[in-house]
Amino acid sequence: MWDVLAQAAGEADILGPLSVHLVVFLLAILLGFEVISKVPATLHTPLMSGSNAISGITIVGALLIAGAGEGWVKYVFGFLAMVFATINVVGGFAVTDRMLAMFRRR
Amino acid sequence: MRLARTVALVLVITGAAAAVGQDTKPATLPATTQAVPTDTATPVDQPVLSPAVRDFLVNLTYAIAAIFFVFGLKMLSSPRTARRGNLVASLGMLIAVVVTLASKIGVDYTVIVAGFVVGGLIGLIAARMVPMTGMPEMVALFNGSGGLASAVVAMAEYWKVSAFSEHLLDGRITIGLTLLIGMLTCTGSLVAFGKLRGMTIRGVRLGNPLVFPLQHALNLLLLLAVVACGVALAMNPASWWAALLIIVAAAALGVLMTLPIGGADMPVVVSLLNSYSGLAACAAGFVLHNTGLIISGSLVGASGLILTKIMCKAMNRSLINVMAGGFGQDVAVAGGRTLEGQTVRQMDAEEATMVLEAAQKVFVIPGYGMAVAQAQHAVAEMANLLTQKGVEVKYGVHPVAGRMPGHMNVLLAEANVPYEQLADLELNGEMDQCDVALVIGANDVVNPDARRPDSQIAGMPIFDVDKARTVMVCKRSLNPGFAGIQNPLFFNENTVMLFGDAKKMVSSIVGELKGD
Repeated sequence: MWDVLAQAAGEADILGPLSVHLVVFLLAILLGFEVISKVPATLHTPLMSGSNAISGITIVGALLIAGAGEGWVKYVFGFLAMVFATINVVGGFAVTDRMLAMFRRR
Repeated sequence: MRLARTVALVLVITGAAAAVGQDTKPATLPATTQAVPTDTATPVDQPVLSPAVRDFLVNLTYAIAAIFFVFGLKMLSSPRTARRGNLVASLGMLIAVVVTLASKIGVDYTVIVAGFVVGGLIGLIAARMVPMTGMPEMVALFNGSGGLASAVVAMAEYWKVSAFSEHLLDGRITIGLTLLIGMLTCTGSLVAFGKLRGMTIRGVRLGNPLVFPLQHALNLLLLLAVVACGVALAMNPASWWAALLIIVAAAALGVLMTLPIGGADMPVVVSLLNSYSGLAACAAGFVLHNTGLIISGSLVGASGLILTKIMCKAMNRSLINVMAGGFGQDVAVAGGRTLEGQTVRQMDAEEATMVLEAAQKVFVIPGYGMAVAQAQHAVAEMANLLTQKGVEVKYGVHPVAGRMPGHMNVLLAEANVPYEQLADLELNGEMDQCDVALVIGANDVVNPDARRPDSQIAGMPIFDVDKARTVMVCKRSLNPGFAGIQNPLFFNENTVMLFGDAKKMVSSIVGELKGD
């Protein structure tokens, strides 16, 4: 256990970004609450499918693996991550648009 | 106009970042770049900008993509700008994708294109084909897909190096965390999908809350196992068995956590899984040291949590109570009393039409039963005919009507119901002036037992339709609703039942209205 902690102290460079990332995470959560808290019930479903598509941002990770990974990892994990992330992104935005098209004012 | 300027600005920055990432031959390099430190193998691959500057520009562009998401979500919260909001968010995604590709030198596009084509086709076809009634199932599947993608990204990060000791401490911890949230989201969503579809496995209806002894103990055990494996992984990155165990245990946990949750609570579950899928992407961001993923994932996590809270409030339940599951099982004693031996009044379409025509104010309370019967178009036509005859028609849409947040509004929008006719629980204020409250395929949201403290749904906000002059309930039978709870409303003196399929019944009313 102490070995790990000592190692962690030695890795202060690496834990540095971690603490910054934690701050970013907390601020982003607060921002999310602030932005979304007042959505009318009418739009709950499109909001959910739209935000669902945004969670497909993990496609960035998929791109890095599929594009710059090596060996079997690239072909197996890279391909799978690309497929699932793309389903999430493309399907999410497309279905949200389809729903919102029905909400147009008459 | 301001939006267009922002878009232009972002495109310029993206273009710059893209140009920076491209390979440049030494011959075309200006002399000043000679001092750039080379971390690449050959000088041929030497980029124009130093890696530090490039990283800075890339991160800046991710931040801009995140800003697009924020504004997209903001615009999604108003009916007027919602469609453009979705477009803005998708533009943010495009920016993130382009800058990612531009940030790496020598990207191999074969796997990327293959994965994109397969995933894109599946997503697009699913999005085009799905009926509006099937929207909750599809959102559940998309959630699961996103969660799985994040988990796979973490797997790839873990297995990409042959010497596991190269993993640093924060990477080991966050990889474990991403595997947990990602897999849990994936299998949880699959179970939610099965419940929403009404699937049966070996004669057991998935939609029922499936409870067995020691369930919560088992879940806790699984969670502890995941934590233990996570610690093992953090202490010794070479323990790949721990990573595998996390994947398996988290997948099992996702299934077991969703199984006990009853059908009526699905809006909560879908919202919660939506939140999880965002948190999974966020955790993957910690693994990859990518602020773009962290910010965007947290936004989705927050939005899902807010919807979860709204849904819980609309049922007057706590999240813990929903997650504990088993809700709505004791059909016989539900509401603290039996309703056997009581009689109901019935009407046919002709009589119902006469009552509706004589009314001044009609409130329609639609439930999921209306959507299952595909009766929303007939209902909208009936409402239009009544409006033409001078009857004021309003729809009362309960926050948890349907199978996901806002589901009923989408279904009514599909049937071209004017936005102005939609109301939520505020309708209760005018209920005493209502001549006919027409309940179509709804049940629990009009159950007056919610006002009794000993009821299972005690305190759940309902439409007080029993205060209307006449209540018409269009329903197949007296069977209890999705929550499995009996409804004494049906036996009230001012209630008449219109037994039958919602679409057939409403269509005959439409026929009668046209016949006059």
